[in-house]
Amino acid sequence: MNWIDTIAQGVLLGGLYALFAAGLSLVFGIMRLVNLAHGDLIVMGAYLILLVVSLTGMNPFLAAMVAMPVMFALGWGLQRVVLNRVLGPDILPPLLVTFGLSIVLQNVLLQGFSADSRRVGAGALETASVDLGVVTLGVMPLLTFASAVGVIVALNWVFYRTSLGRAFRATSDDPVTASLMGIRPQGIFAVATGIALVVVTIAALYLGMRANFDPTIGPARLIYAFEAVIIGGLGSLWGTLAGGMIIGVAQTVGAAINPEWQILAGHVAFLVVLLIRPRGLFPRAFD
Amino acid sequence: MTLLETRGRTARYGDFQALFGVDIALAQGQTVAIIGANGAGKTTLMCSVSGVLRNAPDQVLFDGRAVGALPADEITRLGIAMVPEGRRLFPSLSIEENLLIGAYGRRAAGHWWLQTVYALFPILRERRLSPGTALSGGQQQMVAIGRALMSNPRVLLCDEISLGLAPVMIRDIYAALPQIKATGASVVLVEQDIGQAMKVADHVYCMMEGRVTLSGAPATLSREAIHDAYFGAHA
Repeated sequence: MNWIDTIAQGVLLGGLYALFAAGLSLVFGIMRLVNLAHGDLIVMGAYLILLVVSLTGMNPFLAAMVAMPVMFALGWGLQRVVLNRVLGPDILPPLLVTFGLSIVLQNVLLQGFSADSRRVGAGALETASVDLGVVTLGVMPLLTFASAVGVIVALNWVFYRTSLGRAFRATSDDPVTASLMGIRPQGIFAVATGIALVVVTIAALYLGMRANFDPTIGPARLIYAFEAVIIGGLGSLWGTLAGGMIIGVAQTVGAAINPEWQILAGHVAFLVVLLIRPRGLFPRAFD
Repeated sequence: MTLLETRGRTARYGDFQALFGVDIALAQGQTVAIIGANGAGKTTLMCSVSGVLRNAPDQVLFDGRAVGALPADEITRLGIAMVPEGRRLFPSLSIEENLLIGAYGRRAAGHWWLQTVYALFPILRERRLSPGTALSGGQQQMVAIGRALMSNPRVLLCDEISLGLAPVMIRDIYAALPQIKATGASVVLVEQDIGQAMKVADHVYCMMEGRVTLSGAPATLSREAIHDAYFGAHA
């Protein structure tokens, strides 16, 4: 067994989990909202991309670009019409609403697309690889990882270099005082969820190209995303990438030892991190 | 000309009534001070003018317009900025970012911008990249005032800006007031420090238990009258 290869594959797999998690981390960081429908939104994004591909015959990457503004509008509307109404000092209502949304989404997808497993075809890209001497890496996992890093760099840039990002952080700190600055927190939340769903679309692209999906697999993606966010520390996007990598490496190492251990090893790694660092690896200095 | 006034302003928190019909008026270019003990309703009044607490529309008039029912962000965009009690700086933003966020609801170009705020409080320029929480209380208060000025407000509401500060800091902060007024802003000061309020205000309102118990120009108010209005006549 080649350990370097196993770990390299795990790190790249972590890129996928970080993509799953980045949108969740963004929404949680800004409005303390745990979106239990996050995994199902990823699956919905994958179906949307599939729909665009099958209607137009477009390359999946272009189809994702088409899906992004649609998903942004959807996230914006979801926040405006539904989630803003349930946000408040009590954390239970948003949990219940997003839990319900998760069930609704699964059933709508089931009605619309049937229970058949689907896949977004990526042609030769699916099997392409680069030989680095020590290890051979798939082009698709490399692209996934690069996209995850790209998404996190872009989100950090928005957060720390733009006026919108300042408004995000200020609203996250203290929505009442933010409103005294002329910021409308509900509007900021809607933009944040819109951006989160753009990130979800990127995650959906790789989910759909790398493996089969059907309407029921959302909740399992949510679990991985959740674990990545918690391992990384709430509010830290680079921490989320690290969290994804830890789960990815644990899974591939687990699978290399015994294929039955793949999923379990990821969850065990999560529990071990929680035991050692209950606030995650890179928690915010205050909360 | 009256720029800002409250008319029969009432407020309650559940069963507890905090304000019983408060009438206060601020004329263009004036400084009005609101004094009173803890629990008199001063902060509640500020919160209702700034939109943090909603009112009936005609309980607050700004520039002749009924604004009582508008949310805080729209009030700010109209030109009323608040320095909240306890400063409330954003801990994840640096000093400079705290100032810049104040310009988010900026309605028009005006005198106040980063450079003019730094000229008013030079210490902030030196510390501009530190997090807001790394400053002393007085310096944090300067950031909070500068942040409110960044929107170029027509009315600046200052809620307890001297609370908990060293006397030398209070003096420095009050020394900035004439420059703030010189740019055309009218000021409402909520103060527990009566002496400070009497020195700078054109008009003083004293509140007790949710009502205005005394009002007038500082020169016309005797120590005894203020004492009675502040603590109650039989205190």
